[in-house]
Amino acid sequence: MSTWTAVLLASALAFALKLSGYVVPARWLDGDRTTRITSALPIALLAALVGVQTLTDTDGSIAVDSRLAAVAVAVMALVLRAPFIVVVVLAAAVAAGLRLLGLP
Amino acid sequence: MTRDSRVLRQAFSVAVATGAYGISFGALSVAAGLSVLQTQALSLLLFSGGSQFALVGVLAAGPAGAPAAVAASSLLGVRNGLYGLQVSKMLDVRGWRRVAAAQLTIDESTAVAVGQRDAAAARTGFWATGLGVFVCWNLMTLLGSLLGDALGDPRRYGLDAAAAAAFCALLWPRLRSVDACAIAALAALVAVLVAPHAPSGIPVLVAATTALLAGVWRRAHHDPPPPHHWEHEGEGAAA
Repeated sequence: MSTWTAVLLASALAFALKLSGYVVPARWLDGDRTTRITSALPIALLAALVGVQTLTDTDGSIAVDSRLAAVAVAVMALVLRAPFIVVVVLAAAVAAGLRLLGLP
Repeated sequence: MTRDSRVLRQAFSVAVATGAYGISFGALSVAAGLSVLQTQALSLLLFSGGSQFALVGVLAAGPAGAPAAVAASSLLGVRNGLYGLQVSKMLDVRGWRRVAAAQLTIDESTAVAVGQRDAAAARTGFWATGLGVFVCWNLMTLLGSLLGDALGDPRRYGLDAAAAAAFCALLWPRLRSVDACAIAALAALVAVLVAPHAPSGIPVLVAATTALLAGVWRRAHHDPPPPHHWEHEGEGAAA
């Protein structure tokens, strides 16, 4: 699958999902169990992405490097209610700084 | 202040705050190997922050992960369908307006709409926030991707760590209960343990099945229904 195919396919699916809320009868999506799973889904996916992006290399091997310290600082910033962009820039700055000092 | 101007001010503050992180999306997307045009196509056509970050995050590991990247992005987009269900009751739209409303149905527009006291304010809030975020998000994506293009090696600027932090920040407002934290911890653990043994993107999909726990665990996840985003900004702007 080329990158363009992925971009356009993901966009088409995203739109179809958005539109489904407008055209599908409410009872199809409104069940108690369905709601519990669909509200847990972003939590599981985002947490998995945090894990993979923080602790694994592009080949999938587990690697502890400057990213872990950067994410720890990001979490501290979130505890202190920093806005999204501050959290992201702070993490980049920590990782860039540590690498400037010669760490992986 | 009149009710309308209060809703518009709220929409504006949410649009600017959300647009600001469009810069990080643009920069991370080109760092992941997408072109400026592909990055912009995502912000225009896909237009859902979490799904966009997930798609480029998985694609960063190489084009072989493309099907898994599309799957992860789409699973994250499922919640927009539920938001559509909530806001369609307030909007009552048909034809091309329904198409436009569907495209603008995201965390932020839904949160502002459901946060209003009456139906008219909810409609104003939905359209103003949706359109405001769309414009700011796309302009900032362009700025970010042009900056990212000029930067060069993403690791030197810590952009790989910035991607991890972006997912943290997207996850953070959803961790409102013990069950939510348990599902998050389990999902992260599963993904990292599967990573060395599976092609890129697959670990995230395997970890997504931990969400099914919430289905069998009857007391799990008794949070109010989504979205949880922007509550503080909403309160701040309304004060």
